[in-house]
Amino acid sequence: MISGILKNASAFSRTSGPKVIISRFLGSAIPNRASLSSLVFIEHKDNKIDNATLSTITAAKKLGGEVSALVAGSNASEVASEVSKLNGVDKVFFANSPVFDHNLAEAISPLLLEVQKKTNCTHVLASHSSIGKRILPRLAAALDVQQISDITSIESENTFVRPIYAGNANETVESLDSIKVMTIRNTSFAVTDAKDTASPVEEVPVPEVKVMSKWIKDEVAKGDRPELGSAKIVVSGGRAVKSADGFKLIVDLADKLGAAVGASRAAVDAGYCDNSLQVGQTGKIVAPDLYIAVGISGAIQHLAGMKDSKVIVSINKDPEAPIFQISDYSLVGDLFEILPELTQKI
Amino acid sequence: MSKINVLVGVKRVIDYAVKIRVNSSKTAVETANVKHSINPFDEIAIEEALRLRERMPKGSIGDIVALSCGPPKCVEVLRTALAMGADRAFHVEVPEGTILEPLAVAKIFEAVSKKENPGLIIMGKQAIDDDSSQTGQMLAGLLNIPQANFVSKIDISDNKLVSVCEIDGGLETVEMSLPAVVTTDLRLNEPRYATLPNIMKAKKKPIVKLTPQELNVEITNRLKVLKVEEPPKRKAGVKVESVDELLNKLRNEAKVI
Repeated sequence: MISGILKNASAFSRTSGPKVIISRFLGSAIPNRASLSSLVFIEHKDNKIDNATLSTITAAKKLGGEVSALVAGSNASEVASEVSKLNGVDKVFFANSPVFDHNLAEAISPLLLEVQKKTNCTHVLASHSSIGKRILPRLAAALDVQQISDITSIESENTFVRPIYAGNANETVESLDSIKVMTIRNTSFAVTDAKDTASPVEEVPVPEVKVMSKWIKDEVAKGDRPELGSAKIVVSGGRAVKSADGFKLIVDLADKLGAAVGASRAAVDAGYCDNSLQVGQTGKIVAPDLYIAVGISGAIQHLAGMKDSKVIVSINKDPEAPIFQISDYSLVGDLFEILPELTQKI
Repeated sequence: MSKINVLVGVKRVIDYAVKIRVNSSKTAVETANVKHSINPFDEIAIEEALRLRERMPKGSIGDIVALSCGPPKCVEVLRTALAMGADRAFHVEVPEGTILEPLAVAKIFEAVSKKENPGLIIMGKQAIDDDSSQTGQMLAGLLNIPQANFVSKIDISDNKLVSVCEIDGGLETVEMSLPAVVTTDLRLNEPRYATLPNIMKAKKKPIVKLTPQELNVEITNRLKVLKVEEPPKRKAGVKVESVDELLNKLRNEAKVI
């Protein structure tokens, strides 16, 4: 019955009047509403499940209720069988089609909408990654619900905590929508692991989608270093490294520690390293066991991306640098002397 | 090629350099008597619209229209947008204290877009206050047009938009038909400053005032804010004197290496 109403709701969605009434009706007046269940959008690449997605499954499990996962792409069936062996996943849906490769929002969000209707799930989750961020709001608009972004804590099935103002405040919100569309901060939830049995896997039909975008190419910085978002140790460089050559000192130390490399916006803007290394409000959010900030003053926007690290070490020649206020260990000095010594002694 | 009108989203937010404070009743962030400015990503959006006009064949970009939703003071940020070079503006006004969620803002933009028929809509990738990163994507969905998010480069030719988007791990290039929604990343450009003569000229440019009711948009909040709190403070750390001491602490005290 609910899915019937939803169909009507989407049929009405081009007019603003009736839509509101229907969504209110859905929210409060149905006595036997669907029991809690959630759907997780799985990000994958080269047959490997994305790490942030593994945390998103943990978040879904925390909601209680059945957890379904959706895998889309030309290799979806293979990835789906891997997903079915993950702890917390009760059922896997997959849609095999190259139209879903490269995760274009125009292609994926109609698919998510179809699966949401089919499963009648109450929660739809994705990680707050560049892919989750572009797909989920489009889905939320189609469902006429207000998305909750970058959730760091789940208090109940409808109450969530999320950071605002670059992490300088935490907001607890209650969603009044009947369906919750949410993106998850991966560093706030543990990654799920494998289980002994495999959950059922089901193919879903590929909806007719009119995709007006075309993927042209990716330029992905390759390397054998751990991925920034999930590394145990991160070494970051800022403006004070002075040049791309200076940034090599950061890379050398990271390699010695088996760490990922990060950067402040200043270092990225100055061209010392690749954009994708930026840590902060508008870059990657990291929370490693050890974060080593070298030549980074500690602007609000940078702190937003790393202040939840377990141990923070700062190396800076300015004893007044704000980064020292949140550092567990501070070393005042010239990074061009300190870094080579540190790298050599580890 | 037909003339492309550009619609640009502008949000008034607490200035990025301000250290925010949570109010005493822990219900919101203190906004009274705090410096506000244009959301930095929206400044980049305006700048890109202006640069498109400058670098594309003369006459291919039509009007650059700024739109802001919020209380009366939003006019200030619209004047800044006009002083940078936008041609005209819409202000969809709500009473002071009204919280507009991204879904409501996307619906307002949808309604204005249907009147204005822009060929391109440029918005910031996120507002630095609520950090939602939703409005542009929602708008593209409501209008059923393509979207390019977190763009660091855009080009238009033959009514096609080619965007380089920042993704986790690198860059992605996508091509799409117009109309489309683009959301800006920091690397897209360096916004210009408004000059004094342009600030004076901007005072004569038109700002059309509308209300959500006039646009037939329902702005009821879907999220109820239960509380706003400061994040837990980190405990004070120690200063070490040498690399050896640092390594010793990391190995034996923190045990992280």
